[in-house]
Order: sequence, then C-alpha cells, then structure tokens
Amino acid sequence: MIGLGIQSAAYIVATILFILALGGLKDEESAKRAIWYGIVGMALAVFATVFGPGVQNLLIILVAVAAGGFAGWFIAGKVQMTEMPQLVAALHSFVGLAAVFIGLNADIMLGAVSAMRDSGMSLEDAGLTGFGEKLWNKDTVEIAILKVEVFLGIFIGAVTFTGSIIAFGKLAGKVDGKSSQLPGGHMLNLGSVIACLILGILYYNGAGIWAPVLVAIIAGFIGYHLIMGIGGADMPVVVSMLNSYSGWAAAAIGFTLENDLLIVTGALVGSSGAILSYIMCKGMNRSFVSVILGGWGGESSGGSQDIDGEMVAIDADGVADALQDADSVIIVPGYGMAVAQAQQAVSELTKKLRDAGKKVRFAIHPVAGRLPGHMNVLLAEAKVPYDIVLEMDEINDDFKDTDVVIVIGSNDIVNPAANDDPGSPIAGMPVLHVWEANQVFVSKRGSGTGYSGIENPLFYKENTRMFYGDAKESVNELLKKL
Amino acid sequence: MKFGVIGEHQDSEARVAMTPASAAQLQKLGHECVIQAGAGAKADFADDLYRDAGVEVLDSKQAVFDQADVIAKVRPPSEEEVDMLREGQTLISFFYPAENEDLMKRAADKGASVIAMDMVPRISRAQKMDALSSMANIAGYRAVIEAANNFGSFMTGQVTAAGKVPPAKILVVGAGVAGLAAIGAATSLGAITYAFDVRPEVAEQVESMGAEFVYLDFEGEDDGAGEGGYAKPSSPEFREAQLAKFREMAPDMDIVITTALIPNREAPELWTEDMVKAMKPGSVIVDLAAEKGGNCKMTVKDEKIVTDNNVTIIGYTDFPSRMAKQSSTLYSTNVRHMMADLTPEKDGQIVHNMEDQVIRDSTIAHGGEVTWPPPKRESPSPKKEQKSEKPKKKTAEEKAAEEAEAFKKQTQQQVGMLAAGGVLLLLVGAVAPESFMSHFIVFALACFVGFQVIWGVAHSLHTPLMAVTNAVSGIVILGALLQIGSGNWIVVILSFVSVLIASINIVGGFLVTRRMLSMFVKS
Repeated sequence: MIGLGIQSAAYIVATILFILALGGLKDEESAKRAIWYGIVGMALAVFATVFGPGVQNLLIILVAVAAGGFAGWFIAGKVQMTEMPQLVAALHSFVGLAAVFIGLNADIMLGAVSAMRDSGMSLEDAGLTGFGEKLWNKDTVEIAILKVEVFLGIFIGAVTFTGSIIAFGKLAGKVDGKSSQLPGGHMLNLGSVIACLILGILYYNGAGIWAPVLVAIIAGFIGYHLIMGIGGADMPVVVSMLNSYSGWAAAAIGFTLENDLLIVTGALVGSSGAILSYIMCKGMNRSFVSVILGGWGGESSGGSQDIDGEMVAIDADGVADALQDADSVIIVPGYGMAVAQAQQAVSELTKKLRDAGKKVRFAIHPVAGRLPGHMNVLLAEAKVPYDIVLEMDEINDDFKDTDVVIVIGSNDIVNPAANDDPGSPIAGMPVLHVWEANQVFVSKRGSGTGYSGIENPLFYKENTRMFYGDAKESVNELLKKL
Repeated sequence: MKFGVIGEHQDSEARVAMTPASAAQLQKLGHECVIQAGAGAKADFADDLYRDAGVEVLDSKQAVFDQADVIAKVRPPSEEEVDMLREGQTLISFFYPAENEDLMKRAADKGASVIAMDMVPRISRAQKMDALSSMANIAGYRAVIEAANNFGSFMTGQVTAAGKVPPAKILVVGAGVAGLAAIGAATSLGAITYAFDVRPEVAEQVESMGAEFVYLDFEGEDDGAGEGGYAKPSSPEFREAQLAKFREMAPDMDIVITTALIPNREAPELWTEDMVKAMKPGSVIVDLAAEKGGNCKMTVKDEKIVTDNNVTIIGYTDFPSRMAKQSSTLYSTNVRHMMADLTPEKDGQIVHNMEDQVIRDSTIAHGGEVTWPPPKRESPSPKKEQKSEKPKKKTAEEKAAEEAEAFKKQTQQQVGMLAAGGVLLLLVGAVAPESFMSHFIVFALACFVGFQVIWGVAHSLHTPLMAVTNAVSGIVILGALLQIGSGNWIVVILSFVSVLIASINIVGGFLVTRRMLSMFVKS
C-alpha cells in the first residue's frame, strides 16, 4: 500500500514528466526521448493510484487494463499512417465516453453517500473508501460545486464522444464527408444547449439522475449535429477542436474527483488542442467561429474573378524531361497523396532526384491533409528525411528560384486566388506561392474542382501543366521514365 | 468554319502558318483545315504529313481562297492576294500596317477582316499570340549561330595541348526579346557576353542570363523605357556617353550583335564606322536592325559584306525563315492561340469580338472599315510599376514608429485580457470555497504552462502531438480507478468500461506515437 503523501509525490513527478513529454516535441530527436517521459509518467500515475489508498476490485482493474492495453497495442501496431486522422478521432471519443461514465458514477455515488450520511451512519460503518470517502466529507456548497462540475464533465464528454465518432466516420469515409445539417441548422444546436442548461439548473436544484442522463443524450446530439455540419477541408480544425474538448472533459472530471493530476493533464491537453485549432484556422485565414458554423463545401463560389487561359495537359514524358533539366525541385503534397497512397512512390522519386544531384524539398501547408502535421508523418513513414520537409513560412520565398514544382493532390493551399482575388471564398488565406516557380506540374485525378469546390486559377497559368491521373500511378510512371 | 493556309509569294520565305500539330489543335476547336499544296515544303512539312493530320490539301491558292473562311499566312499579303479576299473573309498574317496603308485600305474596301499578328498588344494575356516575340527569339538565337559560323575561332575558351584559346567576347546591344535570346545562346556557347540596353531595369534580366550588363557613367535623368516595354529615343548627351562606351569596347569585341529598334522609326545608329574600323580583323557584326536601316550604317540589307579591315557585317533580315521548321511551329502556335480566342465556344464559330482588347488591337480592318491604329490605352511600362512600388519601402523611422504602435497595441490587448481574467478569477473566488480554489489555481497554471509548452512544438510534429495527447488524456483512467471500488454494481460496470477504454487510449496512443516518431529520420 502506498500512502497519500507518496501518491501525491508520484502525481507531481507524473505532471512534470507529462509537461516534458509535450515540450519535447519541439524537434524530432528530442521527441524520441520525450515520449518515454510520458510513458513513465503514465505508468507512475496509474501505479500510484491502483496501489494507493481506497482502491478495490483489483482483479476487475487488472482484467480491464489488460483487455484495453491489448486492444491498444493491437490497433497501434496495425494502423496505416494514412488512417491516423481516424485513429486520433476514435481515441478522442473514448476519452469523451469515459468522462460521461465517470460523471454519471460520481452522481450515483453522491446519491448513495448522501443517503447513508442522512441516515445517521458513521463514516466507519459506511465502509467508504476512495472517492466515496471524499464525498462524505463535502459540505453543501462543495456539493453544489460538484454538481456543476459533474454537469460540465458530462456535457463536454458527450459532445466529444459523438462528435469524435462522426469525425471518425467522415475521415474513414463511412459517413458522407460533405457538410449536412438537419432543418433548423444552428438554431437546433442553440436550442439543445439551452435545454441542457435548463436541465443543469434543475439538476443543481435537486433533480435526480435522469437529469444528467438527459444532458448526456442531448449533448450527444449536439456533438453529432455540430460535426455533421462541418465538411471537407475543415476537418483538421475539427480534429484539433475535439482534441481540445477531450482535454477539458478530463479536467472537468479532475475537478469532480478533486484530483490535481487529472486537472493538470486535462488542461495541458485542452490547451494543446486549442492552440492546434488556432494554428489551423490561421492557416486558412478563417475565424474559429466561422469554421464551426458552416462549411465551404456546400456553397458555390459566386462572384469570383474570371479566369483567362486554358488548362494544358502533359504526359509523364514531358514531366520527366522537365525534371531531368531541373536543378531544384519542390514537391507540394496534399490530401490527394494520402488518398492515393502515393507517399512511397513520391519518396522513391525524391530519392532518384536527389541521387541525380538535384535539390529536392517538400513544402507543407499547415492545413494540408486531414490532421495537423499529417503530411509530415506520411512522408516520414515513406522514409523521406525530415530535414528536407519544410513548412510554409520557411519555403515560401524560395519558389521563385525553383525550376520545377510538383503539386500532388493539393488544391486550395496552392490557389493564387487567395492572394489576388478579394471576391474568392478563400481570399486572404496564406497559400504556397508555387506559381512563382519556372514550371508547375499538378498531379490531379481530373479537371474538376477540389474538396472546397473553388476554381483554381493556378491550373490555367502559363507555366502550369496538368498531369492527370491517379497520383500513385502517375508518379510510378514518372519513375520509369527517369 | 474552314481554316485555310496559303503558301508565301516570296521565294525567300520558308515559313508556313500551320503545322500538322497545330492543325490537330485547330480541329479540336471545331475548324476544318485546308492548305495549299506545297505550302509547308520548305519548312520540312510535306503535304502527306498534313493529310495524315486530317488536313485537306488543295491544288491552288485560288482554291484555298474560295473554300476557306479564314486565311492565314506569314508575310504581309501581296496585292494580288488581297484582291482574292472576299467579303466576310478573315486574313491572319503579319501586316505592318504603318508601312502598308494602301494594302490595308484595299482589304477593308473588300469587306474582309484583317488580323495583323504584329499588332497583338504586349499584355501578359496575349503573350501566347505574340508572334513578334517568338520570331525575335529565333532571330536572336540564329544571329549568334550565324556570327559563330563566320567567326574563325572557338566561342568558348580552351586549354589544349596545342595552346590556349581565349573565349570569344560578344557584345549584344539592346536587350529586348531578340537580345536576350542572343545572350542566352552566346553564354551557352561559352562566350564572354556583355549586353547593353538604354533601359537600366533590364540589367537584372541580363545578369540572370549570365551576361555582364554594361553600365554607363552618365549623370542625369534619362529613362529609356517607352510605351509597351519598347525603348524610346534617347537624349543627345546620353547618346554621346553611350557611343563613347562602345568606342572604348570596340577593339576588344570579337562579335557584336545589334538589336536596337524603336517602334515606327529608323533604327538608331549605334555602331559607327570608326568603331568598325577599330575592331580586330576577323570580327563579326550581326545587325538585326537591318530591315530598318541598321544600327550600323555600313550594313547592307539582306547581305553579308566584308569590310576593308576584314570585319564581316551580316545584314540578313530572314533569320526566322532560316530556321523555318522551328519558326513555323512557333508561329503556327501563335496563330492557333489567336484562333482559340476567336472561337470562344470551341464550336468552330468565329466570334470577332471587338470588345476584347487583344482582338480589337490586332484587327486592322473589319466590317468594311480600317480599324487602325487601335484606341490608346493606359499601358504601364515595367519601369512605371517599379516606381509605384518604391514608396512602399518604408524608412527606418516609419518602421520603428509602426513597431512601436504594434507593441503598444499588443500591450493594451495583453493588459486588457489579464485584467478581464483577473476580474473573472476574483468573481469565482468570491463564491467558491477554498477547496475549489486551490484546484482552480492548479488548473489555471496548467493551462498557462500548456500554452507556453505547445507553442514550441514543431509544425511537423503536430500529428505525434495529437497522438501523445490522446495517450495522456487517458489519465481519466484515474477517475474510474477511484470509483471502481464502489458497492453499486452500475458504478462498477461503468467504471470497468471506462478503465478499459482509457487503457486503449494510453497504450494505443503511446505506441502509435512511438511508431511515428521512429519514422522521422534525418538525411
């Protein structure tokens, strides 16, 4: 058995280790070390809790941890790197669900403990341990606050749970990726929030367990409906937002349980997700609210500028010739590369070009892909060295000195209309200035518009050639010619 | 509509206005194509190649005029050809309307429309139809090749067992399209290349091609840039300074290529007789301005002469025609783009839209009227654009003031947020008990630490960051662990499920993060 003092000490150490684990992600090398800090911190925290005062049913715990651990190990080993967005979304949903359950448990136990205390039993007779003992010692004000915390924990947890499930479905292609809403739109969401608030007030004033259960159900609907209404290119924001929510849910549970480690960790995760959402929104030059309140996908882009010129197609021979002559090449990957699973072929292309003494670099837009940093992971998986993979601000000025740019499966992030056309729906969004290069090749499945449905003047530029076809097949064909 | 191409009436002209490749593109626009037999022969395009491309080959010029709705050729039409035009027919060719006003009137009287390829405005949208530029490009390249052919030594420097050969020194006067092409060809042959132009802003382009720009020591304002990116006549003082510089360079130069032209004027004399005399025997001068009298007055149009001191002066005016296959390919592409603009719907219907700037400016006769010269438009020269950019560059003081302003704003924002946050915390503290506040402090601090730490995370590691926060947020397992000992079976079941899924998060999150991080390797 571990005493309360040692448990607290273990929690402090775990907190520090978690902070170091997140901070270590500042560069690739320190990250490999920092991940161990996180693992050790987590082990320490779980160990100190399980063998701390007031925890029973060790056997059940063991079974649950073993089963969960095995499932986690299995998934982590099997998941494809292109499926990372789905996995992350699924893991968020688990945190949300756990938060809902723990919140409900807290309420059930609060009811039981209060009943025992009111019946005049002494603490020893009640035989309470762990959380129950804490509840026993609460006064009225503290119980009132506890109810607010339970309410928040359940509400955020439920939104996170259903929202993440929908996000998972959309990312995995099991739910239609376009934004769709029930009639009533955001008024429906607003109404639901108000209903939850009313239920919360009822619960605060003594309503039974039915109130938090109803809150969980209605909040679950909000999560579902909110994420259904957001589509396509906005998914990176959605995933980071849910990341943030899962953190706040954990923090709310921490307050309920008066557990500082939970509060700290929840706050860390919550702020991490919030910052990621902010970075993603900035990458698209949109406010967070506008992302939440509606997608681009459905709207057509009326009133944008007329486009001169024509799209000119080119075959693999033409691209290969240009690559042979080029000294410097920049590759701009996007979600299309992930969809076509072309990263391996792209990596081979990179290797060939680098072996031929050409300078090859990658330019990554903050919102490329469906998850922050998604492209980096895919390229890393395909063994592209990370020091030639650069982010937008590092490389944007270099396009004008570049011979050939290959755009693979990205569209909006290389759209010059964002710079030139104030009428464009993406006006003001920072984009990669690929058109400044001598020559641009765009690998694309067909001549249609991309996810966002916005016309891209880049495709009509004089120095742009369209390299139609599936990204993987196109690059493979290109490899043969080099 | 039918698109017809006729042969050129001058024997010296080898170019043709349509190639089999451009015919295929024209057919995609919905046009049928016909060609006069033998029109492409001198450019290495035999009639059979046209037939293979689906072009009908007609016996005579007259047959083409009878059948086609649009006639295309390279050189300005002869009087006889103009007389063959009929009402509603369109002619596309070089025309030089300033020199051929009578011909233009005659075509207009016939009721035909004439599109002069040399009148295509110099705007970026029309670059693909700018035949003057594509021909000038070839002329510049060919000028270097002709010069090299007549120059008795290597272009590039060599050190051989039989002795050292110095590289040739080439001066290119006038860095327009032809000049730049000549510079490119000269540098790639390995010659030391110098270039001069009255427009100092082209120095950057010249240097980017690997040549050295010749600067003048000239005090005073003289902006050599005129309308539409062409040069304008320069002041007498400037001219003197320029000639003095050339005089100084003349003895050193092996090859001089002059390309200086001013629109609608005789070519300025830039290479005087005394300079020619100062040059070494065996040197070569190629005068691309020979058509307009030449930049060197000793030039004889269309001929190659050798001066008394053995300097060769080449005055050919048919450089593009000397590379007929290449120039035909480029010219026919220019014509094809013009046709594409004339058939906006790609349905084979010609729409002569006089509202369109490119079509308006290049049309010199339409609907029975002479429509030349085109109306004046604001056409900013590159120099003017540069000038308007200049004020954007701020002085150090302005920058400092701006930064101070931004800093002040930031401070205000920060103080405002801190104040609001502080008030909010005080309000919470006023109602909440001590036990809650102590946790709240921890929470606020953790948020703060979180923001500080996460800002430092590399963009490339955002996915691992999300995965590791997934794992870390599995810490909710603690809550379930504390509740699982409850006597209530519902609580136990819910806790059990919570512990289980939180374990998935912890183990799955950490392992997948590790897997991802191990993939990041340095080159």
